[in-house]
Amino acid sequence: MSPARIEFNGYGVWAIYKFEVARALRTLVQSLVTPVITTSLYFVVFGAAIGSRMTAVSGVSYGAFIVPGLIMLALFTESLSNASFGIFFPKFIGTIYELLSAPISYVEIVIAYVGAAASKSVVLGVIILVTASLFVPISIVHPLLMAAFLVLTAVNFSLLGFTLGLWAKGWEQLQLIPTLVVTPLTFLGGAFYSIDMLPPAWRAFSLFNPVVYLISGFRWCFYGTADVNIYLSFAMTAAFFVACLAVVGWIFKTGYRLKN
Amino acid sequence: MRAPSIISIENVSKSYASGVRALEPIDLEIRKGEIFALLGPNGAGKTTLINIICGIVTASGGRVTADGHDIVRDFRAARMKIGLVPQELTTDSFETVWATVSFSRGLFGRAPNAPYLTGLLRDLSLSAKRDSRIMELSGGMKRRVMIAKALSHEPGILFLDEPTAGVDVELRRDMWNLVRGLRERGVTIILTTHYIAEAEEMADRVGVINKGSLVLVEEKAALMRKFGKKKLTLHLQTPLAHIPVELAPWRVELKDRGLALECTLDGGSNVGIPLLLRKMSELSIPIKDLETHQSSLEDIFVSLVSERAPRVRT
Repeated sequence: MSPARIEFNGYGVWAIYKFEVARALRTLVQSLVTPVITTSLYFVVFGAAIGSRMTAVSGVSYGAFIVPGLIMLALFTESLSNASFGIFFPKFIGTIYELLSAPISYVEIVIAYVGAAASKSVVLGVIILVTASLFVPISIVHPLLMAAFLVLTAVNFSLLGFTLGLWAKGWEQLQLIPTLVVTPLTFLGGAFYSIDMLPPAWRAFSLFNPVVYLISGFRWCFYGTADVNIYLSFAMTAAFFVACLAVVGWIFKTGYRLKN
Repeated sequence: MRAPSIISIENVSKSYASGVRALEPIDLEIRKGEIFALLGPNGAGKTTLINIICGIVTASGGRVTADGHDIVRDFRAARMKIGLVPQELTTDSFETVWATVSFSRGLFGRAPNAPYLTGLLRDLSLSAKRDSRIMELSGGMKRRVMIAKALSHEPGILFLDEPTAGVDVELRRDMWNLVRGLRERGVTIILTTHYIAEAEEMADRVGVINKGSLVLVEEKAALMRKFGKKKLTLHLQTPLAHIPVELAPWRVELKDRGLALECTLDGGSNVGIPLLLRKMSELSIPIKDLETHQSSLEDIFVSLVSERAPRVRT
């Protein structure tokens, strides 16, 4: 048996990463302009039209209050779609053969695809933040933690998206989780309101929604106020990360839906 | 002198979860520098075997080494030696030729090498298409791109799964020239084809797979000698009512209402022919014409697959 060696196919990881980023650049309108326009529309509707008639939430103007939620919403959606598409498409058109026959480990494949999807999401998050600052005054109380939260969430949802792309057998399944699970959870997760504004029963119910912890934690980084304990938010983010890693690890170990 | 083995397949089998048994346990050694043709009807297990060696399908049992590296335990070293051109034309349509070939090289762990890739594209007549998107290329050009991708990391072993299926004459000729060129550079080539004439022309050795079993592995020349039959047909000027007893040693048969004598000689041998002709002359049987037919690899293949069909396990 050959001796244990620490090997890393850096060229391979870089090749996939570059390929995925190039894909985003090719579809710049779809990957960047669309989310920016969508977010701007949210600002026009919720920030200007409705927000002007609303009182401040937790001491923050409504327009500014929704910014972290909107960034998170875009981060969830884009990380999921980018990462799921990245691995689903080669499966769909058959080019996955090359990935499976290459001297690249599963860990490296995950690093490359998830890293590329997360990078794109982080860039998008920053662009939305800049766009938002054109509409409303934004303060960031904990910028470093905000950046950490941004990156971690992008990685988490990219991991989830990657899992989804591995699992999906067709386009319909690829859309299933984002449409039926993530979007409702995000809208009910306090992107546009503080869960303190809900009746007590709904508030208690909301605490079972993991997205509440992510949005609340991210908002805390901006304004120093949160719906739930900030440590709980970090713990949930970390737990989410570990759970996604475990699922991806299991999928690769069994070769599930990738290899016969 | 026999070349050392470069791929060693020991007791490799494959059953799918559905219960379908795609490969019976197979043992096979591929020699360094040879062109090995894997023949078999559709669904015989050729692609399954190739996909196991390349890492796309997981074997149910057995062991494969490529250039001494176990394909599972030491998959990095093994896979870096192997290039694969799959049967299906699957390409990233939106990428340029150069980008996709560079991607493949990187994916296989090789540092960028523009001069090598430029030379590769030139050898495959792809230089002019270097910056074209793959979607703009013809089917034949896409096939060349697939080959360029497989060769981008300078593998010592190349798998060509049905490389000439649906390919025009010119490309097929180019492809075989390329294969010959690669062999001269020491690359081992394993190909599957249903153009048996090509295997006959190109291959050093032939393996026949049928219903998941390796029915036979033989040097092509030896195979032709062993299984090739030579048929001699003598067209007579006047019909014979029966075969003269003097011709019995040649086991001739009367055909064409007595107007032809047919004699089958095993192993491509023709030692009996002059004697037969002399004997016929002594018997004053006038001959109008004669023709010989040597069985091709295709004939051998068809007879092997139909006669030696193994028992199917369920």
